[in-house]
Amino acid sequence: MSPALLDVVGLVRDYALPRPHPFAAAPRLRVLHGIDLSVPKGGSLGIVGESGSGKSVTALAIMGLLPRPPARIRGGRIEFEGQDLLKLSDRAMQRLRGPGIAMVFQEPMTSLNPVFSIGEQIMETIRAHESVSEKGSFARAVEMLEKVGIASATNRMTDYPHQLSGGQRQRVMLAIALVCRPRLLIADEPTTALDVTIQAQILQLLMDLRDEFGMAMMLITHNMGVIAETADRVLVMYAGRVVEQAPVGRLFDQPLHPYTRGLLSCVPTLDQDQDRLIAIPGNLPEPLRGPGGCRFAPRCGYAVPACEAAIPALVTFDTNHAAACIRVNDFG
Amino acid sequence: MAALLEATGLTKHYDVQARGFFCRVRTALRAVDGVHLTIEPGETLGLVGESGCGKSTLGRLLIRLIPATAGRVMFNGQEITNLGPKPLRAVRRAMQIVFQDPFGALNPRMSIEDTIIEPLLIHGSRRDAAARDAVTQMLDKVGLPDSARFRFPHEFSGGQRQRIGIARALILRPKLVVCDEPVSALDVSVQAQIVNLLSDLQVELGLTYLFIAHDLAVVKHISTRVAVMYLGKVVEIADKRSLYARPLHPYTQALLASVPVMHPSRRRRGPSGEPRITGDIPTALAPPSGCRFHTRCPHAMPVCRTEEPALRVADAAHQAACHLLAK
Repeated sequence: MSPALLDVVGLVRDYALPRPHPFAAAPRLRVLHGIDLSVPKGGSLGIVGESGSGKSVTALAIMGLLPRPPARIRGGRIEFEGQDLLKLSDRAMQRLRGPGIAMVFQEPMTSLNPVFSIGEQIMETIRAHESVSEKGSFARAVEMLEKVGIASATNRMTDYPHQLSGGQRQRVMLAIALVCRPRLLIADEPTTALDVTIQAQILQLLMDLRDEFGMAMMLITHNMGVIAETADRVLVMYAGRVVEQAPVGRLFDQPLHPYTRGLLSCVPTLDQDQDRLIAIPGNLPEPLRGPGGCRFAPRCGYAVPACEAAIPALVTFDTNHAAACIRVNDFG
Repeated sequence: MAALLEATGLTKHYDVQARGFFCRVRTALRAVDGVHLTIEPGETLGLVGESGCGKSTLGRLLIRLIPATAGRVMFNGQEITNLGPKPLRAVRRAMQIVFQDPFGALNPRMSIEDTIIEPLLIHGSRRDAAARDAVTQMLDKVGLPDSARFRFPHEFSGGQRQRIGIARALILRPKLVVCDEPVSALDVSVQAQIVNLLSDLQVELGLTYLFIAHDLAVVKHISTRVAVMYLGKVVEIADKRSLYARPLHPYTQALLASVPVMHPSRRRRGPSGEPRITGDIPTALAPPSGCRFHTRCPHAMPVCRTEEPALRVADAAHQAACHLLAK
């Protein structure tokens, strides 16, 4: 495997909650319990999980975009090209965003500024990171808009976000993220708000641009289909922890963690006819409360009393397949 | 078998004011444009299409939550398009709706019991032991504990709230339930629970569903027949098996080809893939002439630009509106 571009080791994050009364200590809510992940140069890592699993917080932590306070890092390292991002100054971090790491957000409706034209927003990004002339940045912006598949780009530069459809806005978001040629692109649910036909277009575009620019990608989604279409490696998250990690083919062929198996079997597919869906019982756990042991145990069909005792560690089974479940050996 | 619901030429136009320089120009937004549809008793008719294609509007038209511009709806052999408020209320007992957003569809200031019992009160029951028993039964049927009745919506998760919405819709023992994207706001692990619950209740209570969704796999799972909508028109309607195995309309084919694969070995990359469609859905303010899909269709012919294709019978259980079928 090529050397890692991004290495996250043991990332722990807390949020300070409002104090119950003025003299009390602020209670802390742990949202990430020691996340390890790594993205190789030019590789693509998929992170899958449901709401509250901590996938977006992980992305924002890597980007250094979590407001502090209330968010607080309690441990771990985020190494990008050998540099620990947690030790960088705000200015150094700002220089890294753009050409180093860029991010695409889920909501194309709210992530663009409604009072600036899309051209100004793309050019602003270029000028924030590079010293280029007005003319030069205009040309670059037009070129980027063409790359992301916006027709008659020169004329669209003066359009405002409300004049674009959801799919086009997501293309503009991509243009903004990619205009400084980042080495790592983090895409947080880039297609969740879109229709399937548009989703297929955007995913295709993402993969084409990845190949063209040779950048690495971290794609966050709750949709196993999107993972199957785009990722090389997959990380499954549940309640702020990584519960399974494997190459994509292996994860679909031989999922080890009961939660991963549940995720794969609870969605109906086009190729199979099932009488009944195999649902995962219960609801997602709330971050504050919860049992002491495995967070998935209350919903797990394979749970034994030992699961309640301690939180299972992520154990590597094959060279690159790891799962956090004490009964993995029983499933084979 | 007589159809439970039959819609003929159902149309809904919204007046939209576009501002001209000197005058206001009124244009019609054609949300639903001449839809013919039947729903047989006991079946689940799936309704799919991209956002903005008019599927929710159609669902609401069918149970007269909104008045139609033209066309008519027969429910149980009775025309409901022009019913006055009183007879309409009597018919409404038999047609209910489950909404998409479980956070917006429940009144945050009403307890769960108040929410579920309200339809009974509206339809003339008293708030007596019998009505409370009905709530208990309904809570049990949707898989919530009886203690839930005194609690309020904010205490429940999305999936549990959707169960409350279902209980409220079913307490009147309706015949037809319109499910408007009932699972799209839920996490995937909870979606399956609600889909299974809806299937179980259908068998137990003999319900007929109109199931509106944009997720083709969920619709395939739950439906007996499926209708595909594009820009206010039904472009294909068929038996589930027939539609998914042999989609006739290029739009249906493109929709199916756009669904992400369920295994990485079946990735479709590169330009050689199946016919994917390009571009966005056009605005319903000025739909394209002829066949509304011709602007995005990989097989468009000159005739598609000028003539609107009618729904053609391909075989007994399969109809599609495409000029390619005329050949």
